[in-house]
Amino acid sequence: MAQMLIDTANHIAGYAAKAARVKVVAAYPITPQTTVVEKIAEFVESGEMDAEYIRVESEHSAMVACIAAAAAGVRTFTATSAHGLALMHEALHWASGSRLPVVMAVVNRAMGAPWNIWPDFSDSLSQRDTGWIQFYCADNQEVFDTIIQAYRICEDEHVFLPAMVCLEGFILSHTYMPVKIPDQSEIDAFLPPYKSGWTLDVNNPISHANLVSPEWYMEFRYMIQEAMENAKMLIPKIDEEYAKRFGFQYGGLVEKYMCEDADLILFTMGTMGSEAKIAVDNLRKEGHKIGAARIRVYRPFPIEEVINLSRQAQMLVTIDRHISFGMEGFLATEIKASILNQKDRPMVAGFIAGLGGRDVTYKTIEKIAKKALKYMRSGRVEKETEWVDLRE
Amino acid sequence: MPLTPLSIPTVGSMGKTGSWRTFRPKIDHSKCTRCALCWIYCPDAAISRQDDDTPVIDYDYCKGCGICANECPVKAITMYREEE
Repeated sequence: MAQMLIDTANHIAGYAAKAARVKVVAAYPITPQTTVVEKIAEFVESGEMDAEYIRVESEHSAMVACIAAAAAGVRTFTATSAHGLALMHEALHWASGSRLPVVMAVVNRAMGAPWNIWPDFSDSLSQRDTGWIQFYCADNQEVFDTIIQAYRICEDEHVFLPAMVCLEGFILSHTYMPVKIPDQSEIDAFLPPYKSGWTLDVNNPISHANLVSPEWYMEFRYMIQEAMENAKMLIPKIDEEYAKRFGFQYGGLVEKYMCEDADLILFTMGTMGSEAKIAVDNLRKEGHKIGAARIRVYRPFPIEEVINLSRQAQMLVTIDRHISFGMEGFLATEIKASILNQKDRPMVAGFIAGLGGRDVTYKTIEKIAKKALKYMRSGRVEKETEWVDLRE
Repeated sequence: MPLTPLSIPTVGSMGKTGSWRTFRPKIDHSKCTRCALCWIYCPDAAISRQDDDTPVIDYDYCKGCGICANECPVKAITMYREEE
């Protein structure tokens, strides 16, 4: 029997690790992630979860322990936030380069200095180029579903890459919402046991990720790029299969809301996507043809879907809970790059909002949309990057 | 191609790495207690044990890191410059 729970996204992430029959969890606590691994510790202690729980001295060690366990052929999970993720940086490359499908919950938190424990995407987006698949969730149910799906995707023989399942601190991590946990036998039917691409075996010793000379290094990099492209094809299929089995669907790579006839499309990530839907409803009542597109998978980036969305619209708006200092938000850069070679492409206006946990409500998004509508009508983007609600 | 570079251990696939050495460890067998700590710590597995646990250094592969000399509890291993 499926189980209905009302719980926080962090606890739900723990339930997902249990439901995925993860065999090794290596973790180090950090706010706002801590209650993810606390929940898993409870499950392991009570015997509800048959896993090795390794307490390590740092996030770097947590990642390396997960890599080693995955190399030994078992399913692994960890979770972290902000500075913990930054400390893992070097090891993240080892996971993807070794083609080990570690799955990690990243509870998004702003980077210091100054210290801040509230959400923005500067932690996970700083890890953009590490070869990890990145999912961004909008509610607690999606956190559960995405962790389960992530294992299917990452462990696919055409992918074999690690994934981060990102969720915003506090907005989701510590907020109680109803979540449906499917029956274990149904999850087992969707997610078979992990079959590794290669495995360490004491009876048949090998060493891995060895020194590779310039004659071969590029080829190994190209294989990761191909694996990302394969993941891009696979994710929408898994989303559909999951919907058929469990009733929850998220649009695959991009969750689109009223985009078919939209002149203006609001691009967001994470929980801002839910707020954007309310903003669209309100602005449509006022007669504006607006749609919302939530980038659910940031790596691989859904270039083709962005191009399709750009055909009808005159104006694309990006709302970044992140800033690449000296440039703009990543989403702005990537949306522009995606459509650059299209004829009669729409304009793009970038907005920076919600850094360090400042609220981005539907009202904020309506204000952004109205400004962008003005740009659309005048045919000129007055400001390439605008910081929303900035105190001056 | 394999997913990631994998190799089966073979002797000397990188050549005789002992040529990288600038310091050479030398064991004073009259001081050695056959505790085998040098054998445990050697990161290149370049120390082997004879039947009576007497350690023997394989200078074809010892890179001269000096860990054995550092770990030896009775100071039976001394590092000498190669040219000495």
